[in-house]
Amino acid sequence: MNQEKPLISVKNLSKAYKMGDIEFFALKNATLDIEKGAFAAIMGPSGSGKSTFMNILGCLDYPTKGEYFLDGVDVLKLTKNELAELRNKKIGFIFQSFNILARTSALENVELPMLYNNSINSKDGKEKAMNALKSVGLAERANHLPSQLSGGQQQRVAIARSLVNDPLVIMADEPTGNLDTRSSYEIMEIFQQLNEKGITIVMVTHELDIAQFAKTNIMFRDGLITENNAVTTRKNAKEEISKLPVINPSEVLT
Amino acid sequence: MRIVNLLKIAYRSLIKNKLRVLLTMLGIIIGVASVIAMLAIGQGSKQNIQASVASLGTNSVMIYPGSSSMGGVRMGAGSYSTLTRKDAEAIVAKCEFVTDVSPVVQKSSQIIAGNKNWHTMVVGGLSQYFSIRNLTIAKGNIFSTNDERTAAKVCVIGLTVSDNLFGANGDAVGKFMRINSIPFKVIGVLERKGQNSFGQDQDDIIIAPFSTVQKRMLTTIFLNSILASATSENDIDKAKEQITSILRTQHKLIPSNEDDFTVRSQADIANIFGSISKIMTILLASIAGISLVVGGIGIMNIMLVSVTERTREIGIRMAVGAKGRDVLVQFMIESVFISVLGGLIGIILGIAVSMLVGKFGGWPVVITPTSILLSFVFSSAVGIFFGWYPARKAASLNPIDALRYE
Ligand SMILES: Nc1ncnc2c1ncn2[C@@H]1O[C@H](COP(=O)(O)OP(=O)(O)O)[C@@H](O)[C@H]1O
Ligand SMILES: [Mg+2]
Repeated sequence: MNQEKPLISVKNLSKAYKMGDIEFFALKNATLDIEKGAFAAIMGPSGSGKSTFMNILGCLDYPTKGEYFLDGVDVLKLTKNELAELRNKKIGFIFQSFNILARTSALENVELPMLYNNSINSKDGKEKAMNALKSVGLAERANHLPSQLSGGQQQRVAIARSLVNDPLVIMADEPTGNLDTRSSYEIMEIFQQLNEKGITIVMVTHELDIAQFAKTNIMFRDGLITENNAVTTRKNAKEEISKLPVINPSEVLT
Repeated sequence: MRIVNLLKIAYRSLIKNKLRVLLTMLGIIIGVASVIAMLAIGQGSKQNIQASVASLGTNSVMIYPGSSSMGGVRMGAGSYSTLTRKDAEAIVAKCEFVTDVSPVVQKSSQIIAGNKNWHTMVVGGLSQYFSIRNLTIAKGNIFSTNDERTAAKVCVIGLTVSDNLFGANGDAVGKFMRINSIPFKVIGVLERKGQNSFGQDQDDIIIAPFSTVQKRMLTTIFLNSILASATSENDIDKAKEQITSILRTQHKLIPSNEDDFTVRSQADIANIFGSISKIMTILLASIAGISLVVGGIGIMNIMLVSVTERTREIGIRMAVGAKGRDVLVQFMIESVFISVLGGLIGIILGIAVSMLVGKFGGWPVVITPTSILLSFVFSSAVGIFFGWYPARKAASLNPIDALRYE
């Protein structure tokens, strides 16, 4: 927990996918520091290696070479079990396709990470899960199944799930990719609130307006990091939502 | 990892996938139940055949008219007319290895007692017939040598005959009945023997003195068979040899002539039926084996079909912090639960089916612990393996590969 050290520090990170005999580098010598409390949006065209990078940051995949330090820990030296523990306690990962368990209520989905966390007993777990659902505005949907929830609501369940073990960082790969504008902005509102509370957020998006909710924008192109800029005209999600046209049922019909 | 949490995870997973759980269980249930039922029926018929053969009398030797190569025995008693009472007497006189000998004649007859009538086989034999065939008297007596000499109109009846003519609890001893219009006095009732393995009611029989049946009811001097009992089990083969040579002399057969009779021991018959029941057991075991394999394939199918879905599930679990062994323990708990519960239901169902077959099919069943153990262990092993193996594969993937799996 050294304040001077960046929370995330990667050096010359590369990832090659093997396609038969050919090695294809989806990520080439990425070097990047992300400070504690950052809200970074990773942008770039489709196929530029954003997801590849994110999956490695999220400890869901291994790089081919390079260095990766998370909160001072040399991630690439960890065993599989230690990585699982890291994912469980320090990282909250959010996917474009939600990846919540089917036929499982919102509450039980949110409880899931705590079942793999020995330091939380089941009673506290239930309470924490409920609070997390409350913080994403889904308290009254706790017993709904994913099939009974909209895309935006499912993504909010995934966010609640990512929060319950009090992670240092939330990593999201196109969290709004499957959502309409309003739902997207609502997710951004939650992210901005979380970031306010000190949680670091790293998010992939290819939508310019979504990227403007972040503090910094990192540009990817062909597996290379090309730019890393502060957002000059940062938007506030709460305000943006209030500016959205209110859909009047009678108007929809016409 | 807390085991309580893993139990909770497994429990939630099971109740959320009832259909898959049910289908997997069904494979195990059918596998186990069919093996138990098959083997119970097979084992039952085997024991039944052994019991029927033993009830013929362990040392008994049977002589039938006609040679086996002429198909004499197969065509049924009485098809050939080569044996006479003199042959039986010659065996008594000359064979050292037999104790009891009885000529046997039989006639299918109509019996009337009061206003009731019955149709059954009337057997004529000497008093030795009872000891050779291991028949014991429940009430009254068997007939004497005096009855034989005077061709007395007395008889011993089986319980089925007694029940049908004199009522279920009626005392038949001392009562009279007409066999083919001839009045007979019942002097004894046989102990119950039940059905033999061919479904024949062994209590549906009337036994009368040999001379009575031959002289009063038949028009021939030829016998249906001769029954004898060897002095001991070890003497059976010697007895058979001697009887063969005695009868060849009696019938004045020259060496080039074939035997015009067939000598069979109880052991020969036991062997024939032994090999039949062995074939049956093998057949049933094969059917059982096939049911197990089919059941196993069913289990395997449903487990493997759900792999895609479950691989993604495993990816999700690992992404939120499940370790490989957490996933494996969860899947192990699930498959052990499914397999053991399915196995137990299968055992209950198998026993129930066996008992129903025994009750309504009139087929004896013997449920053996071996069949229960075998089917249970096999099905459970298949269930557990195919529940665990895909999970092991998925848990060894990177979380991202498990999530991407299709
Ligand atoms: N599992 C994989 N195997 C092979 N190639 C892959 C795999 N995943 C991604 N790629 C390739 O790597 C490149 C970068 O992909 P990705 O990181 O998903 O891009 P982005 O998320 O920026 O759209 C693409 O050209 C893609 O085809
Ligand atoms: Mg992507």
